[in-house]
Amino acid sequence: MNSHNHPHSHVHGSLHPHGVEEPVAPKVGATPLVNITDVSSGYAGSPAIEDVSLKIWPGQFVAVVGPNGGGKTTLLRTMLGAVPLMRGRVTIRGEAVRGSALERVGYVPQLETIDWNFPITVEEVLLMGLFRKNHWLKRIKKDDLKKIDALLDRLNLAGLGKRHIRELSGGQQQAVFLGRALLGDPDLILLDEPTAGLDIRSRDDVIHFLHEINHQGVAIVITAHDLNWVAAHLPWVVCLNRRVVAEGRPQEVFTSAVLQETYRGDMVVFLHDGMIMIGERPHA
Amino acid sequence: MGATRFERLELLGRLEPMHLLSPFEYEFFRRGLFAAIMVGALCGYIGVYVVLRRMSYIGHGLSHAIFGGAVLSYITHSNFYIGAGIWALFSGALIHAISRRRWVGADAAIGVVTTTSFAIGVAIISTYRSFTRNIEAALFGNILGIAPQDLWTMTAIALVVFLLLFVIRRQLLFATFDPEVAHAYGISTDKIDFLFVMLLATTVLASTQTMGVTLVAAAMVIPPVIARYLTKRFSSLLIISPIIGALCGATGMFLSFYLDVSSAATIVLTAAAVFIVLETILIVKQKTSSRAAVN
Repeated sequence: MNSHNHPHSHVHGSLHPHGVEEPVAPKVGATPLVNITDVSSGYAGSPAIEDVSLKIWPGQFVAVVGPNGGGKTTLLRTMLGAVPLMRGRVTIRGEAVRGSALERVGYVPQLETIDWNFPITVEEVLLMGLFRKNHWLKRIKKDDLKKIDALLDRLNLAGLGKRHIRELSGGQQQAVFLGRALLGDPDLILLDEPTAGLDIRSRDDVIHFLHEINHQGVAIVITAHDLNWVAAHLPWVVCLNRRVVAEGRPQEVFTSAVLQETYRGDMVVFLHDGMIMIGERPHA
Repeated sequence: MGATRFERLELLGRLEPMHLLSPFEYEFFRRGLFAAIMVGALCGYIGVYVVLRRMSYIGHGLSHAIFGGAVLSYITHSNFYIGAGIWALFSGALIHAISRRRWVGADAAIGVVTTTSFAIGVAIISTYRSFTRNIEAALFGNILGIAPQDLWTMTAIALVVFLLLFVIRRQLLFATFDPEVAHAYGISTDKIDFLFVMLLATTVLASTQTMGVTLVAAAMVIPPVIARYLTKRFSSLLIISPIIGALCGATGMFLSFYLDVSSAATIVLTAAAVFIVLETILIVKQKTSSRAAVN
């Protein structure tokens, strides 16, 4: 993964749970999973992100942070080919982002975009993950249902398949949508603010599960707002405010100068018991 | 239907099977009942998606847009299903195309297309005043005047719509529930949306002679709303809603026979009565449980 601004180009890392970091350099000659080159994209002719260049490597775990309106969601949607490119190029495994290139990409949208009154059960949401592309006549087989049951077990949702999605806790709801993404056997999952609105326990459950998936070789890109949570749990960070301000390991990227440039606000960064802590500087 | 309204009501009040079956003596009633059940089921089925996609206004608008086509088919002496059908599909395509342009907005786009189409119909009527009865049938439905060949056409259209909706049900559900992710997962949401509007226009066309352009939207909206009180599972909704639509169609037909009131209006009022009863039960239940929680 690289950017124009960061000195640690072509370095990727993985993180064990509880913040034990283990940076790993990409294999020489390895093809990046996602290659974003000089991309400007947005809606109605107005770019939401500009001149963005990033590489996501197989098995990498990346957090994209930045202010509201800074282009985090647009960046994810650009990787999915859902936002018109005004400039630049995006490839997945070397292919342009469309059709077969997206077959092994999972996407989990922000939970707040979900209509929680929609009459649908956990099982019905998960089944959607089996119906990628326009397979009109594909039928649900016994193996598919077994797959769903196994996934419910893995997500700690055993016995909840017939429940309405609104009847679950926030963490369980996030797990359902993550489960739908997993059913496509992805090698890359994009999650838009997976911890928004969750309590500490649920956030902990989500990050544990994400690390478990990541350790199985699935690359993960998430957007997040809580910088302390990102610093504690994630190995690689991209600071985005329409452009990539910086990227790298949290201890390298989370500096007052970078955060000032990213958020246009005064922030303090300090170490406490070996952990990076970020806080707002109180007004005088 | 020689008996007066009061005589027929008296027969209904006795609840004797022989008297309840008496409407079946009339062929027009049998045809009407079949049409009401079929249209009720079809509208109830497609209505699930109409309600969940918040497209009730499109259903209402398309039915009004068809009025222009119906009037044109009358004055050109062409088949209603061909004339109004072409008009309906064209209106649907136009609504779909305009509503995708963000600066207009779907509701405004529908308003422009449907009111223009309706106005064309009204303008033609004001010039040709010789077919008032046919126009009344298009506006308010003429379920008892459905000819056998119309019934066959309606049945064929309904079967095609049911079949296509069944084939695309999973993609349609995904595109309805989570269009952004559906698109990312390779589902052609634009094509699905377009196909759905076409099927909706076809459903409105098949239902117009039964329900009339003014009431067809109610047949698509009320049954799924009632069904939502009874299930939280989408697949069950697709079964319960058409059953409710068919039952309301049949009950409305019987009541309209005995009350001597417009059949389409009675079908809609029957469905509305079920809705009011369920809503009242829900309100009472909620109040009772909140009182119990306070105590």
